[in-house]
Amino acid sequence: MMIWNREIEFLEPEKMRQLQLERIRGLLQYLAERSEFYRERLRSSGAGSAPEKLEDLQDLPFTRKTDLRDHYPFGLFCVPLREVVEIHASSGTTGNPTVVGYTRGDIKLWSEVMARALAIAGAEAGDVVQNAYGYGLFTGGLGIHYGALELGASVVPISSGGTKRQIKLMHDFGATVLTCTPSYALFMAEEAREMGIDPRLSPVRIGILGAEPWSAALRREIEEAWDMTALDIYGLSEVIGPGVAQECPSKNGLHIFSDVFFPEVIDPATGRWVPEGEDGELVITTLTKEAIPLLRYRTGDIVSLKSGVCPCGRTLPRISKVKGRTDDMLIIRGINVFPSQIETVLLEVEGARPHYQLMVERVRGLDTLEVQVEVGEEIFSDEIKVLQNLNRRIKKEIESVLGLVVEVKLVEPKSIERSMGKSKRVIDRREK
Amino acid sequence: MTITQISVFLENKAGRLWEAAEALKNAGINIRALSLADTSDFGVLRLIVDRPDEAFDALRQKGFSTARTEVLAVEVPDRPGGLADLLRLLTGEKINVEYVYAFAGKKEGNAVVVLRVEEPGQTASVLQRSSSTILTADDIARL
Repeated sequence: MMIWNREIEFLEPEKMRQLQLERIRGLLQYLAERSEFYRERLRSSGAGSAPEKLEDLQDLPFTRKTDLRDHYPFGLFCVPLREVVEIHASSGTTGNPTVVGYTRGDIKLWSEVMARALAIAGAEAGDVVQNAYGYGLFTGGLGIHYGALELGASVVPISSGGTKRQIKLMHDFGATVLTCTPSYALFMAEEAREMGIDPRLSPVRIGILGAEPWSAALRREIEEAWDMTALDIYGLSEVIGPGVAQECPSKNGLHIFSDVFFPEVIDPATGRWVPEGEDGELVITTLTKEAIPLLRYRTGDIVSLKSGVCPCGRTLPRISKVKGRTDDMLIIRGINVFPSQIETVLLEVEGARPHYQLMVERVRGLDTLEVQVEVGEEIFSDEIKVLQNLNRRIKKEIESVLGLVVEVKLVEPKSIERSMGKSKRVIDRREK
Repeated sequence: MTITQISVFLENKAGRLWEAAEALKNAGINIRALSLADTSDFGVLRLIVDRPDEAFDALRQKGFSTARTEVLAVEVPDRPGGLADLLRLLTGEKINVEYVYAFAGKKEGNAVVVLRVEEPGQTASVLQRSSSTILTADDIARL
């Protein structure tokens, strides 16, 4: 088995803590010198001198997604734009998207952590990596790509979609590693069987699957369908993209690269650390990023953290699979969806506070989103074509905001279940 | 010269049409004519009734999205070509008909055509010039 960075991945915990503390101090220095935003944030939070120990980090202020949005586009950049070599953005509400930038050094870091992740999953130089994560503004595709290059694998940058061609090339090129969302991995297996190709006979031995929540049952199904080991990868574009943490074949949690992404698990209500092993919100401080370093970034993902040596021998701490969200964010086919984004669209189209419900289902392994909109008297018309145009317009607007195909269904008023006078916004029927 | 049509939004769900009809029954409303336009997901029920305002309230109380639309009810001779003659007249005047439905009138030898047009007033004048009979709300109530 290939180990990408033995020194870090097997570092003694005490030495790791020293490294982290030094880097946190270095980060605070860096932010003080380069970031107007953090100078203000640190001053107004009344944070004192540099932390003496890692626990002192708890006294420093958080960074939230809204901070990135509020300082759109480049307000949190710590380097001049000419030093930024790559810029990504995630879908926003009708307002601002979340923008992240990378220096050359950041791309190097991304390649390093992604190479570690691929190696942890069992990939090695010489593997053919079918990279079916989306390329483009979404960080999934390029992140895996950089890691595969660094590792010395042959990467097929096929991106997402075009399933039949995807399967043909996978078959013809002899892919040994598949990277995509878990739901797509399952969908591909079904398509392959329909095309008369038995996915179990393909040389694929590892699936590195992430960007959406998936259950143990789905893992078994995927492993069975492909006859491969399916492993979870964790990341978020604000921190770097994929390559924040990676599950190893012992399936004992995801190794988080804590030498560069310092993890905390907090009680979202108090903001203080929860005891090890308990569930809380994952907070990440990027220790060495240059373009957009983040101090105590609230991921919104609920995980637990454990230290101790993994059966694979690594000493890197492990986070659990994401167990939920602190907010109402949904992840559908790898895309983050906030009900508020849809609400904003409906508000604009209807001109009134809409009643709506989101139905999320998994059909043949693929996530689907149906937006049910109540037809109140303000938007009702006796003409079918007016209603159909309304339906089309809502669909188009939502799709352009989310970057995701949705179904829109007009329903009768009050047909959406209301609890305590408030309608239940989301019905997620995917198994957890 | 127009009459009030009541329209109701209906999801394609078992029993909804019946529930709308039940609401009208309980309010003692008599239906003169109806048409149901549907798509794969929903339909619009359009009604001509004896007492439209009461029908509107009764349906609303039951939680239906309901609208009132002014439409024209025109008598045409109940014989082959009755509708064609009417439509030829409107087409000649470049009047676009959004939708149309018909019912057998009570007056011997006549049918009633319900027309939804963009400009009912102008259409009514055209019809009157051709000496068509346009039914009033009272006529409908008395049918």
